[in-house]
Amino acid sequence: MTAPTKKPPVETQADLSAEIAKIEADSEGRNVRQPLLDYPPYRSSILRHPTKDPRHADPETIELWSPCFGHSDVDPLEADLTIAGSNEPIGERITVSGRVLDGEGRPVRNQLVEIWQSNSAGRYIHKHEQHPAPLDPNFTGVGRCLTDDEGRYRFQTIKPGPYPWGNHINAWRPAHIHFSLFGRAFTQRLITQMYFPSDPLFALDPIYQSITSQQARDALVATYDHDLSTPGYSMGYSWDIVLTGPSRTWTEPEEGDL
Amino acid sequence: MSTPAKNSQSPTPGQTIGPFFGYALPYEGDADLVPPGSPGSIRLHGWVYDGAGNPIPDALIEIWQTDAEGNVPQAEGSLHRDGWTFTGWGRAATDLNGHYTFSTVLPGASEKGKAPSAAPSFGVTVFARGLLDKLHTRIYLPEHAANAGDPLLVSLSEDERATLVATADATGLRFDIHLQGDRETTFLTYR
Ligand SMILES: [Fe+2]
Repeated sequence: MTAPTKKPPVETQADLSAEIAKIEADSEGRNVRQPLLDYPPYRSSILRHPTKDPRHADPETIELWSPCFGHSDVDPLEADLTIAGSNEPIGERITVSGRVLDGEGRPVRNQLVEIWQSNSAGRYIHKHEQHPAPLDPNFTGVGRCLTDDEGRYRFQTIKPGPYPWGNHINAWRPAHIHFSLFGRAFTQRLITQMYFPSDPLFALDPIYQSITSQQARDALVATYDHDLSTPGYSMGYSWDIVLTGPSRTWTEPEEGDL
Repeated sequence: MSTPAKNSQSPTPGQTIGPFFGYALPYEGDADLVPPGSPGSIRLHGWVYDGAGNPIPDALIEIWQTDAEGNVPQAEGSLHRDGWTFTGWGRAATDLNGHYTFSTVLPGASEKGKAPSAAPSFGVTVFARGLLDKLHTRIYLPEHAANAGDPLLVSLSEDERATLVATADATGLRFDIHLQGDRETTFLTYR
């Protein structure tokens, strides 16, 4: 298996930052909440974004429902990323928890949440990962859980490290956890990334900056939550997720519903 | 709707799936909604291309569909398939040639008695490194009588329509996805 040969990048961070600033200035006041798919500072997007606007469609019945996941799908132990090895992974122990809500603020219950992340040195176990930081034999960086009746998820893990990538010279991703989410309808499917507060790399990162509204970008940043910290053990971060898109008529759960 | 939409909550933005999902999201049996080769099964497969016509080896395709009778599946078990339960949902990462493959059944029309004009289709989400947010589309069945009256298909030009209809092959259906270019797939947003 051969990795595709890549030309080394020639652009500097200053070149990239100038491009980022120009797009941000051009889109001021437009308050677009989603990332621009056509965002040249993220070089890999250049040939991978549709050039036509999406067509508006009325959802089909199937699209107003979501696939169902349950306790046969997910072992509760999969929410603890620190127990995969025979010893504890190296890094800052953290708890990440929050609620998955729909556009009207209602909980998304019993739904699948999947995460993946680098280890504390910024290394993924992925086979094409080139970053020469150490692997941690006690950390795979993969977790799953189901939301509870309040739409709440909770993972025990370690804080991921920032890592270099090939977008431009001296490109580094801010530390993040990848999240995959299902809502109440297929229309609400979301894959995104959760960041940590006050990361100095935010201004430099074209993936984070592809969302041109600061308010929208802030929605991807977790909050340090002292009440989630466990005395003498781990630090807490809370992060809520809102999934919008048409869904079927809401029904209040009835007595006896799971 | 029983509750008027207040839109009190702003949506959480998407971000790219990135290059490193391959050890996290795929799992054994992810693309086999029914066991390959079982009675009534079809192969649904295709290639995913970028704007230069190069195959994309790091895309993830998910489908969500009715069963053969047009029912919406609400059974759990997609992550640990038992070979008997149809969950209606599957996931397939593209290989190094940009190729994805599902084993499934043809979907029945989902709107029986409600909107008989809608033609049966697979719901599709597309993720890839380089793609900053998910894309939605649909795969319609070739030569299906209901296609002629489907509200979405009739609203499209002939070229756009062609991007949403699979072609029949020896083992089932082929559906290629072009993120960009002359044959750019028609992607959808829902109102
Ligand atoms: Fe990442």
